[in-house]
Amino acid sequence: MPGLGTSFGRGGATDYQQDLQNSDVITIMGSNMAENHPVGFQWVMEARERGARVFHIDPRFTRTSAMATDYIRIRAGSDIAFLGGVVNYILQNDLWFEEYVKRYTNAPVIIDERFQDTEDLDGLFSGWDPEKRAYSIESWSYKGMAVHGSGGETEQGFRTKGEQSGHGGHGGGLHHGEPPEEDETLQHRNCVFQILKRHYQRYTPELVAETCGCSVEQFVDYCEAITQSSGRERTGAFCYAVGWTQHTVGVQYIRTAAIIQQLLGNMGRPGGGILALRGHASIQGSTDIPTLFNILPGYLPMPRAEYYGNFDNFMKANISPTGWWGHFKAYWVSLMKAYFGENATEENEWLFEKLPRVDDDNSVYWTTQQMLDGKVKGYLLAGENPAVGNTNSKAHRLALAKLDWLVVRDVVEIESAAFWYDSPEIASGELKTQEIPTEIFFLPAATHTEKDGSFTNTQRLLQWHFAAVEPKQDCRSDLWFYFHLGRLIKQKLADSQEPRDELIKALRWEYPTHSAIQEPDAEAVLAEVSGWEVPTGKFLSAYKELKEDGSTVCGCWIYCGAHADGINQTARRKPHWEQSYVAPEWAWAWPANRRLLYNRASADPDGKPWSERKKFVWWDAEQGKWTGLDTPDFEETKPPDYVPPDGAEAEDAIAGDHPFIMQADGRSWLFVPQGLEDGPLPSHYEPHESPFDNPLYSQRSNPVRLAPERPENRFNDDRYPYVATTYRLTEHHTAGGMSRTVPYLSELQPAMFVEVDPELARLEGLEHGGWATISTARTSIEARVMVTDRLKPIAVEGRKTHQVGLPYHWGSRGLTTGAAANDLAPIALDPNVHIQEVKAFTCAIRPGRRRR
Amino acid sequence: MKALELIESWPVVRQLRDGDPHALGPAARSRRSRELHPRIEDAEHAVPSICPYCAVGCGQLVYVKDGDVTHIEGDPRSPISRGRLCPKGQASKSYVQSPLREYEVKYRRPYGTRWEELSLDEAMEMIAQRIIDTRAASWEEKTPDDAPTNRTMAIGNLGGATLDNEENYLIKKLCFGLGIVQVENQARI
Amino acid sequence: MSVPDGWLAYGDEQQERVGFFTDTSVCIGCKACEVACKEWNLVPEDGLVFTGESYDNTSTLGANSWRHVAFIEQEKPLRLDDEDGEPLRWLMSSDVCKHCTHAACLDVCPTGSLFRTEFGTVVVQEDICNGCGYCVPACPFGVLDKRHIPSLPATTTRVSGSEPQASERPDGRVWKCTLCYDRLKGGHEPACAKACPTDSIQFGPLDELRARADARLEKLQQENWNGVQLYGRDPDDGVGGFGAFFLLLDEPEVYGLPPDPVVTTRDLPGLWAQTALAAGAVVLGVVASFLGGRR
Repeated sequence: MPGLGTSFGRGGATDYQQDLQNSDVITIMGSNMAENHPVGFQWVMEARERGARVFHIDPRFTRTSAMATDYIRIRAGSDIAFLGGVVNYILQNDLWFEEYVKRYTNAPVIIDERFQDTEDLDGLFSGWDPEKRAYSIESWSYKGMAVHGSGGETEQGFRTKGEQSGHGGHGGGLHHGEPPEEDETLQHRNCVFQILKRHYQRYTPELVAETCGCSVEQFVDYCEAITQSSGRERTGAFCYAVGWTQHTVGVQYIRTAAIIQQLLGNMGRPGGGILALRGHASIQGSTDIPTLFNILPGYLPMPRAEYYGNFDNFMKANISPTGWWGHFKAYWVSLMKAYFGENATEENEWLFEKLPRVDDDNSVYWTTQQMLDGKVKGYLLAGENPAVGNTNSKAHRLALAKLDWLVVRDVVEIESAAFWYDSPEIASGELKTQEIPTEIFFLPAATHTEKDGSFTNTQRLLQWHFAAVEPKQDCRSDLWFYFHLGRLIKQKLADSQEPRDELIKALRWEYPTHSAIQEPDAEAVLAEVSGWEVPTGKFLSAYKELKEDGSTVCGCWIYCGAHADGINQTARRKPHWEQSYVAPEWAWAWPANRRLLYNRASADPDGKPWSERKKFVWWDAEQGKWTGLDTPDFEETKPPDYVPPDGAEAEDAIAGDHPFIMQADGRSWLFVPQGLEDGPLPSHYEPHESPFDNPLYSQRSNPVRLAPERPENRFNDDRYPYVATTYRLTEHHTAGGMSRTVPYLSELQPAMFVEVDPELARLEGLEHGGWATISTARTSIEARVMVTDRLKPIAVEGRKTHQVGLPYHWGSRGLTTGAAANDLAPIALDPNVHIQEVKAFTCAIRPGRRRR
Repeated sequence: MKALELIESWPVVRQLRDGDPHALGPAARSRRSRELHPRIEDAEHAVPSICPYCAVGCGQLVYVKDGDVTHIEGDPRSPISRGRLCPKGQASKSYVQSPLREYEVKYRRPYGTRWEELSLDEAMEMIAQRIIDTRAASWEEKTPDDAPTNRTMAIGNLGGATLDNEENYLIKKLCFGLGIVQVENQARI
Repeated sequence: MSVPDGWLAYGDEQQERVGFFTDTSVCIGCKACEVACKEWNLVPEDGLVFTGESYDNTSTLGANSWRHVAFIEQEKPLRLDDEDGEPLRWLMSSDVCKHCTHAACLDVCPTGSLFRTEFGTVVVQEDICNGCGYCVPACPFGVLDKRHIPSLPATTTRVSGSEPQASERPDGRVWKCTLCYDRLKGGHEPACAKACPTDSIQFGPLDELRARADARLEKLQQENWNGVQLYGRDPDDGVGGFGAFFLLLDEPEVYGLPPDPVVTTRDLPGLWAQTALAAGAVVLGVVASFLGGRR
């Protein structure tokens, strides 16, 4: 997640769930934690019982709100206005943690004079190119900073993008880790601190109330509560989930929280941090070891199509002179050795010329459009159900019906496998079974009880699950499927002389198998991910051991050490009662088994704990090393007073009082000079579809958002007056493939419903328990009506609107069936990570069932 | 049944002997109740696992007897979940034994109106061949500007956030080797 | 004396009386208890019915729902001193069999199916129950309920040797919470209490639970929680106290619970005494007539 990555250096949750018990105040926003992470929520309840205030700030009063000490209702899509107001409140009232901000963040850094803010340009930053609908970011740089990897040499440039930025801003060249110009008094007009202050000066409590629909009193009460839990003695935490990310300006939502947490000095400290709550068992893992188009394991970039330089240029573009990205080449070469073994050599530049290249956008929504245009012929689905799970699901179903062939791997026959005979379009006659050309292979999958493997949970923890039983009949793990698929393809192409087959022939694809079905050994794959030394075969224990000469193999550098000493560290299960509350011997966390990231910041610049109460990691002068309750997120023996010598490189260029070691300057970034598509600071933009103008700028929505308009993806006009938001329920899981198929879960929430407030029900004639049809320019769906006081109309600048709640679990298959809420939402995406805006769009609603 | 047992099984005798004259307690207890024990004690293994639903990462213990899962409950050792599970995690056994679970490959031919049977081996063979053919027909070695691309834009792969790290690793590695670049999952975060 | 009927008869076998304290002030309404109970006890799925009763689609305790989470939406503040926020709260409470100290269901069961266990709990024995249903109206809480599952159609075939699932069996018997009698015997806590993510359902020796509940009540009262009260904790109430009692945030009626439950067989001992007297007179008469006859 670039929101966290660009701010702090790594894209994962900065904290671990159990640490919430140490929080003095908890903000849950963009998350319905009690409903969607009920067991993790026990740690919020622990904090509440210890006297912490728990704020839930959300458009809907949910089971989380019911448990919070304070609930603040806001309009869907207005979170940056609210959080920006908090930043302004902190700055205007001088409530920031001075020593922390001055020493650990980039507040003192002076920015290029050419920089212009959204305050200056009415909602745009400097560098806007209206034709390309993109920013040129030179003017966002640190003043006087040599632009690393000059633009003329390489299209790849110095600019990290997308998920790669999820792992730190690591392109900019800095002279031995220090920005060229700083003002430690924070008074310089163009220092980050002053820019920040000006940027948010109009985000007053009154503006927040008018934009978000809460009261000034609620907002100020919240600001007081979180600022009172800041400083040496106290800390506060943020919890968010897709209620923040699923917006056209989603990354910047998280960025705003990141700014608050820096100003309050809450990062790297117990009870602080930002906890990203992920919704799938291994969603963190599937970005770390990505099944994403634009990155390779460990957030290494996929080479880009427009790049036609050589390997050296690629390296130059990506190696950061300072910070841990200084070892980019070692990470890259070790990955190539894991992929291609002895076929990747220094002489052939680790096969660089043969590697596939990507474009700016080859994301899933781009692929869907290509499918609709007949350009994509074959598709493999493994545990994902776009026919109900992706935004504008109807477009996805229409796209699947244009494929030549489709492979669906799941435990049940999901909607994406059945669309050709069971879907709204078949029912309406829009699609006809006998006219759909798609050849479909449905392959039953194995469940977690039937295979070995590791999930990476929401706190970066790799936890191994063991196969308990053999999969039955044709059921197989995805490990089995992809391994044997690769084996068959390699077999068939073994004698090919085609240049296109050179790379697949060079791929190292040897894994031991076991049992009658020849299941690949998952632990052997983990061993390759974690890595070993080529000459000795010795297993690696940490990424600092990786070499750039090809003498180490490592399939994912941030996971290096997960199989240290040849032992599956992710399978460790020492009971929590036999270790400290941090539980470092339960499973294995990346990086280097650290549980609380940036924990160097839990000590003051001199290395002493900020307070006894918040003691965590500190400098032990006698022993000459960092010590404490966790693996220090710092070089173990680098003293707090270390000053980098001239010419220092990589981690040696990071000073002893700079805790954010993945960043080129060792500090957290209040202002992000590079790594984001849509600005160095978050500004409030309205959702792509909103009934309101932007109260702050004439630029209404995020100018860089991706919103491809086409017949299958039309956008709403003012005939759709209400705000819709989608969500999950405790009783179901995502698109329902794992819950609508389970009797005990289906009976608990047996029907698709729509939540409306009583006033809207009166206005539109909706009857509680009856049916309603909800419409957008995409399509219409029907749902049972739930009239509830938990939703209320909300006034924005004096004009009232209604918010409509839509759980998105249903589809046409399963024990309980119903309409898919995702049918309604548009394909409108965040420019950084191509995530869909399903948490705020517009709709109309009327009583009665859908007319066909 | 021996004579003594027969007599003892007579409720009136039990009522009087056990000091339970109204037969509310031990005297009313059936043989089944006396011998009752938790079925997890009959399990051959309690296999450590992790909940497959959200990313909290709760510990699970999977109880197995005769090659089947007999029960799944929370692993008390986990520092995150402390043995607890939400309704989904708690329903994991019903999920892995869902009445809607599929156990056989199903095949739909182009323009077909029904599912057909297909062996797993045959399906694997056909899928491998489809990939090879589509890839060959759509191979893009260079852009119009002569920049290398080494890829096919006619094949995509979607899925991963519910899979294991090891599975994701093989998916990405294989697709990278094949020049399939449209590799995606739910994790657009 | 608040001692469960039949419990003392266990002698050496008698165990500490255990029960549930359900603290609704931390209930997140996740329904893990409902599912955990069903998974462990193989209770059948009960129909896919959308009720519109907030998030409650279970509606009531019954033969197929031994735990039931009630959801009550109210326009009331959570705390009495809460002035800023919206006056809105969403009460959630997991209901269960109360395992009464004086249990009418036990008294009326003619087959001896219902009995008091060595743990002081009340259990229906599925191998004894004949479905007569006398216990159903006896329960002041409406917990006891007959399971109506249609018999299997004749055409259904089953893999030979496999036990029919609970949900497949023809029934008509009465089913309710056993406080996981089998688990207790193995030293495990009941499935619902083990699953509960926030420890809203607490299992333990009843005396300890009562002490814990008293402390909890005091804390929440000090914190100005609106309407906080204990329900079923008092051994002197109409059923001699519950084995499974509650901390509620409003009056019991709001949750669909009787405010002042009374054991429905309360007057029976007196009635029985009179019956015994009459019966004794008859016996005496009969004996006298025999004696007289011999003369």
